[in-house]
Amino acid sequence: MAGYKGSNINPKKFNLGQLKIILILLPLAVFMGIPIVFIVCHAFKPMDELFAFPPQILVRRPTLDNFVKLFKASSNSNIPMSRYVFNSIVVTGSVVLLSIIFSTMAGFALSKLRFKGKYALLEVNNTALMFVSVAVMIPRYLVIDMLGLKDTYLAHILPLLAMPVGLFLVKQFIDQIPDALLDAAYMDGASDFKIYRSIIIPLVKPAIATTAILAFQQVWVNVESSNFYTNDESMKTLAFYLNTLANQNSNVAGQGIQAAGILLQFIPNLAIFLILRKSFMNTMAHSGIK
Amino acid sequence: MAAKSTSPRKTKAARREFGNKAAYAFLAPYVILFTIFIIIPMVVAICLSFTSYDTIQMPTFKGFLNYINLLTADDIFMQKVLPNTIIYAIIVGPGGYILSFLVAWCLAQLSSIPRTILTVIFYSPSMTGAVSMTVLWKIIFSGDQMGYLNSFLMRIGVLDAPIIWLVDARFLLPIIIIVALWSSMGVGFLAMLAGILNADEEIYEAAAIDGVKNRFQEMIYITIPTMKPQMLFGAVMAIVGAFQNGAIGVQLSGTNPTPNYAGQLIVNHIEDYGFLRYEMGYAAAVSVVLLLMVFAFSKFFGRLFKED
Repeated sequence: MAGYKGSNINPKKFNLGQLKIILILLPLAVFMGIPIVFIVCHAFKPMDELFAFPPQILVRRPTLDNFVKLFKASSNSNIPMSRYVFNSIVVTGSVVLLSIIFSTMAGFALSKLRFKGKYALLEVNNTALMFVSVAVMIPRYLVIDMLGLKDTYLAHILPLLAMPVGLFLVKQFIDQIPDALLDAAYMDGASDFKIYRSIIIPLVKPAIATTAILAFQQVWVNVESSNFYTNDESMKTLAFYLNTLANQNSNVAGQGIQAAGILLQFIPNLAIFLILRKSFMNTMAHSGIK
Repeated sequence: MAAKSTSPRKTKAARREFGNKAAYAFLAPYVILFTIFIIIPMVVAICLSFTSYDTIQMPTFKGFLNYINLLTADDIFMQKVLPNTIIYAIIVGPGGYILSFLVAWCLAQLSSIPRTILTVIFYSPSMTGAVSMTVLWKIIFSGDQMGYLNSFLMRIGVLDAPIIWLVDARFLLPIIIIVALWSSMGVGFLAMLAGILNADEEIYEAAAIDGVKNRFQEMIYITIPTMKPQMLFGAVMAIVGAFQNGAIGVQLSGTNPTPNYAGQLIVNHIEDYGFLRYEMGYAAAVSVVLLLMVFAFSKFFGRLFKED
């Protein structure tokens, strides 16, 4: 054992050796972080700073002008921004909630129940991790058109519910629950549904948080469904609205408004990740493909 | 506990294998949606790829004509789209993946607070996704002297006149790659970080006794072999993410096709033929090629990290 000082992984305390690592990572962190700092500053810049030459990254006299203009811009169009916000909340809420329910149900069955075709189904879902949805946007459009889902909330919601990564992570997490625990409950006469509700759901909360984050990140910024599956302006989402706003105001004066729009999209995303971060990392530890 | 009895009796969960109605009921919602929005579109794409279809008249069967045209007659695909896609995919896929792993490995050696702060910084870009951040890049790479990059490079004396970055065929693909790398540290990165942090302290101790001397040896001989499953998950996520973000060239330059096809990737080619020219059959053939490429890349990594 002579000389073994413990591995360097996950140290408890900060020491000088770690400073070296931080110095190595710093340039990369600056590259990753500057655009985020930039967009935050840009959103709060008054008009004269947006036009300042040479352009500055940091804001000196922050104002809320750009946010006010963002809301005013929508009041000139036929559809108020509140309508897009409402649509986005309905769509995002439904996708997050339903994908949690469906992934945990399927994950429970795939992990703990026995049925014919189980391994084939697991194999199919593992292969579907490689699924690139942009590759099938045309057939998806045809399917949605044929089912008569165009211009409904369902066109936004249903295509995002089957999330192979979500199911995969939930299933891996449920695998950690000992069978003995379930057997004890079965002996007491619990039904499958009762077990799902009173044992599985409470024990896989970290995996649920993870599914929530992944589903939220997919649906909140999704413009595909508004672009392709929706013709009715009043059925489109906030992400779509902010995107078109960005394309319409490509002059310098519009940049502040665009930045404000991006920030409004980014903040909920960041907030949810920060709140659920611990659960998320906990689930990720079980994410391996075997 | 009763379930711990030593009798060879199968547990209740194990007894009912065939026609387990409860299991099918639990699976039904997911499997139905999975079939409608993933399986059927894939089957439709494969079927359409053997036809000619303009969305108005019924598809007519053409055999392998679309694939033959794609490989022999589509100069733009062979000379621009395919090389662009391969360069992009290799740098952003495996390149971004190796970068993610090295960053995760460095982060794992920090104590909790600096690690958390840096993790959030590295992960944030992938949260919003490259597509919704194109506005930001348009401002930075703006073509006049008001553009942030132009202004910076002119001030330090690298440039005399502003470069119109996003329309210049020389710079579009490198910019797409930079933007994609910027947003590449996503779920796979977090999975690998969690995998490294979860490693068993005893293995490292044993390895130190066996003569592993430095951190680099530790990484090659212990860290990577013990977390092969997470490495594979990270690889698949990296490849899928790279292809999924492959459409940003059109958003950045504002046109499809991109100037001189310089930033045209395979996803843009599908959009071009599908939604602009309405040659759905041909677009479907390109989609099938895209899916095969993702599959091939992922299988390659699967071979690499196979557990024996």
